[in-house]
Amino acid sequence: MRKENIVINVKDVVTRFGERTIHDGVSLSIKENEIYGILGESGSGKSVLMKEMIMLLEPNAGEVTVLGKTLNGISYRDAQFLRREWGVLFQFGALYSSMTIAENIEVQLKEYTSITKEMRDALVRSKIALVGLDADVGSLYPSELSGGMIKRAALARALAMEPKLLFLDEPTSGLDPVGARNFDALIVELRAMLGITVVMITHDLDSIFSIVDRMAILADKHVVAEGTIKNVLQSQHPFVEDFFKNDYTKQKYGLEGKVENV
Amino acid sequence: MDEALIKYEKDQQQIRLFSQGEWTLKSVPQIEKKLKHIPSAKKVIWDFSGVTDFDSSGILLFIKYYEQFKREASVEVTGYTSAQKEMYQLTRAHTIEEIAPRRSNFFEDIGKTTVGIFSDIKDFITFLGELFATLFHVILHPGTLRFKEMVYHIHHSGFNALMIIGLTSFLVGMVIAYQGAVQLAKFGADIFIVDTVGISIVRELGPMITAIVIAGRSGSAYTAEIGAMKITEEISAMRTMGFDPYNFLVLPRVFALMIALPLLIFFSDIMGIFGGMVAAQMQLNISMTQFVDRLYEVLELKHYVLGMIKGPVFAFVIATVGCFRGFQVSDNTESLGLHTTASVVNSIFLVIAFDALFSVIFTELDL
Repeated sequence: MRKENIVINVKDVVTRFGERTIHDGVSLSIKENEIYGILGESGSGKSVLMKEMIMLLEPNAGEVTVLGKTLNGISYRDAQFLRREWGVLFQFGALYSSMTIAENIEVQLKEYTSITKEMRDALVRSKIALVGLDADVGSLYPSELSGGMIKRAALARALAMEPKLLFLDEPTSGLDPVGARNFDALIVELRAMLGITVVMITHDLDSIFSIVDRMAILADKHVVAEGTIKNVLQSQHPFVEDFFKNDYTKQKYGLEGKVENV
Repeated sequence: MDEALIKYEKDQQQIRLFSQGEWTLKSVPQIEKKLKHIPSAKKVIWDFSGVTDFDSSGILLFIKYYEQFKREASVEVTGYTSAQKEMYQLTRAHTIEEIAPRRSNFFEDIGKTTVGIFSDIKDFITFLGELFATLFHVILHPGTLRFKEMVYHIHHSGFNALMIIGLTSFLVGMVIAYQGAVQLAKFGADIFIVDTVGISIVRELGPMITAIVIAGRSGSAYTAEIGAMKITEEISAMRTMGFDPYNFLVLPRVFALMIALPLLIFFSDIMGIFGGMVAAQMQLNISMTQFVDRLYEVLELKHYVLGMIKGPVFAFVIATVGCFRGFQVSDNTESLGLHTTASVVNSIFLVIAFDALFSVIFTELDL
């Protein structure tokens, strides 16, 4: 981490769906150039929180600030600006099914920039290569791709506008273990190469231990722990205990000593 | 063997129960039948030393009756193995509270449905508001109109519907002429078949048939397309990229249908009248020349105009309802089906309602 600039700040967010309260005062902050994990059990509102960061949902109360812009009552111009500054990888890719992979990657370039067709093609090819797909994938439709390939293609699309911020919703879910590790490596590589900030929702312990710099644990409608893995392990919250301090995790990641000592 | 599963001895104060044999899923129903008839007592001693096999259904049966006996008597369980005890404890540890059945109360259902209808109306008004906001944006920045998508939808919803609309209109025109011919022939007013067919097709039936066919054909397609995009999160993806779904998905469809529907109505008018001509010739021996001559005399331009005016209105209703229902689809396939059905039903109903409204207005205006 070179700088300590805060790129996303979430303050006292409250979210309700009907009578169900999902968040009751959630606060966290994400620094520039870090890989930030959002963890929590299912139903703890991880995806909802991410949707609030990318303006798909509005919280009932509280404030979300992204790249210095407060999302409450944001102007159309600012909103459009932000949308060009980030890339989003949805859990199931959300590639446009009526377009080929190349067209999917190209679509924002075509809409928002005036670069030539030739340049666009070159950019599309470089993105396809960057995420480790073969060139011939470009002419296929999403329905013709495997799950792992869809994730990669969707990542290529998310990177098309050279974003500063990358949101990943469970990037490794549904991938085989080898594919998942490759994906992690790819994200670390991209971060180093493009200097981006990555926000990811994940359940994948390997990702958490190997690539995530800092994380927030969502449980009981609050952030129960935030910080590096070391900070988080100090928490006594039942979810943290269950998730990190079970026998399997302790053994696999050699936490035996650490957990007791911290 | 039946006897062997459970036996009991009763004396003045206590009952001694002996469980024996296999307490498994297979035998549990028989055992339960017996257990029901065990008389009550102050003290129960339940012996398990004769049990050869035990599975979780046997354990659950035991738990059920153990609890029942315990309400009235002191229960003592003996003769169990440690493995059985462990199983018992595991089963105990993994029980949950009774799952509350979903309450469904007649009045509650009425209330929910009513609230649902009102919130649908509210959402539809919001949808129209967003649509008009986008429309004004497009009017101010004409370059942002998705022209290519619009042409695509004109082709798919308009041009590709020519066959079915032509055929339907032809048949309806024929049916009306046939039915009318029988009645008119009684009065020797054969030639009035031209008035009947011409005016009814051009003024009412052409627009109506076209709108209903398009509601079933394109309205449902709009809902399904947008709904499927919602399920696969494509709509969310569009939003995060700053592609306004109203501009990219809704407006092209609305414009396309508003352009295509009047053209289709014109085609439907022609085919309907042609159907009537064919029937008139066959049934009443009115030649096509005669028919056209008479048509010139009786079919005033206003009838045609009044029919045409309905076109864009019906198109707007069908396209907006179709798109709106598509956006309402939630994350499951069942809701896709429900909303597609609702879309077609709503738009056909609204088309007929608007047609009635037009009739009233035109009559009041003496048109």
